[in-house]
Amino acid sequence: MNPSPPPFLPDGTVYGTLLNFRHELALWAARAAEPPYKAPPQAPVLFIKTANTFSPHGAAIMLPTSVPEVEIGASIGLVIGFSEGFESFPSADRSQPAMNNEAAATLPGVVGCVLLNDLSIPHDSYYRPPVKFKCLDGFLGIGPRCVPLAQAGNVNTLKLEVHVNGALCQTVDFHTLVRDAATLLADVNAFMTLQPGDVLMLGSDCLPDGTRPRARVGDRIEISAPGFEPLVNTLVGETA
Amino acid sequence: MKRARIAWAGAIHDAVESDGHLELLTPAFRGRRLSLDEVVWLPPLAPTPPHRPRTILALGLNYADHAKELAFKAPEEPLVFVKGEATLTGHRALTVRPAGVAYMHYECELAVVIGKTAKKVQKADAYDFIAGYTVANDYAIRDYLENWYRPNLRVKNRDTCTPIGPWLVDAADIPDPMNLALQTTVNGKVTQSGHTRDMIFDVPFLIEYFSSFMTLQPGDLILTGTPDGVVDCQPGDVVVTEIEGIGALENTLARSPE
Repeated sequence: MNPSPPPFLPDGTVYGTLLNFRHELALWAARAAEPPYKAPPQAPVLFIKTANTFSPHGAAIMLPTSVPEVEIGASIGLVIGFSEGFESFPSADRSQPAMNNEAAATLPGVVGCVLLNDLSIPHDSYYRPPVKFKCLDGFLGIGPRCVPLAQAGNVNTLKLEVHVNGALCQTVDFHTLVRDAATLLADVNAFMTLQPGDVLMLGSDCLPDGTRPRARVGDRIEISAPGFEPLVNTLVGETA
Repeated sequence: MKRARIAWAGAIHDAVESDGHLELLTPAFRGRRLSLDEVVWLPPLAPTPPHRPRTILALGLNYADHAKELAFKAPEEPLVFVKGEATLTGHRALTVRPAGVAYMHYECELAVVIGKTAKKVQKADAYDFIAGYTVANDYAIRDYLENWYRPNLRVKNRDTCTPIGPWLVDAADIPDPMNLALQTTVNGKVTQSGHTRDMIFDVPFLIEYFSSFMTLQPGDLILTGTPDGVVDCQPGDVVVTEIEGIGALENTLARSPE
């Protein structure tokens, strides 16, 4: 018997990336020149999903009564591993061969990737850090496994599907990233060295109209991609 | 009690302050005293458990005078951003000033260390959830400021740019954290002085506010913002951020390797 391992959870800091899909960045072009932004972003726009947001695959995520609905940010996170020669990331699947493919070679330090559901309270402004919109308890669904890069293949060609209650509501094409995985990783590491256990999200895309898919209490959100076990979380109401 | 975490003799140790010395708590050396100069000082924080990276919340514009200095009106609710643990460094560390930047400044801040799980805490009970206090220097490089999730991480979450320490002072030893003088010196000259009573959002308010939507865990940090008096610092400058009764955190700016 080989009991299935517990769901993956990050050991390090989870960094999110804003406006990393071309369509959303283009929709923002006019507003970006206006106050308070005054110019389009130059460096990657990052935020942090704090530890209290971590919801393992399968967990129910509680929405406060003051939050009628949330935005779904379906994403892929690059999981930073330990240097070659040291034990690989403990939650990674070691039945797979070591990183040896082309995709892995372009992502130094990355041991694998994980599906993520970056939930937010809808907010129109990207001016101030989004802590009160993004760091509520449970607001990051985390895929069941850290999938080795050799198995996941080229993350820049992945397509995620978002289903809410079984209905497809978004397809996210990572071919349309502003900064592809390697570029984002390099641009972030240029000023803050990602640590073993850290996770860097590649960003989430909006729908054609600029909004993100939304979900409410009772909804079952599933994020899936070829080569990954789906990430499923259900939204539940606040208990008295 | 003032607690420290240090590297000495090839290992990391917990220690407490005793008569101007460090007294080791490590079983093999328990009771041994070291001078403050013979150790490497680490952030005075125990590691967090697996799957629970430390939450580090930091306040912007939490002193009315500093808000005015930066030409903002006082915020109506806390302006908070999050930092990653990798930006922390210890007392007497080197902080790198990147080549070619024009304005890099320190920020002397009272840092609150959470002592027990805090969820929906009321202001009146907030002090029960604090383990202690330390001093943080939340350096910022204003050249990199952009108006997207501002202050952005390139300004505020850089390697080596958040010295913290030297001591974690037990909450019981600081009867009123809202009545402490703060001061920064650069090469011995006072450049910043302020007082925690001038915070816009005080410590109990902040704990109530944050814990209303996010559960804080032991070891999590709240950096409570800085008063006015920030100035540019250059490689070689020795910056000491000090808070009355808590400690004097020394840091030296280093040139970037490029």
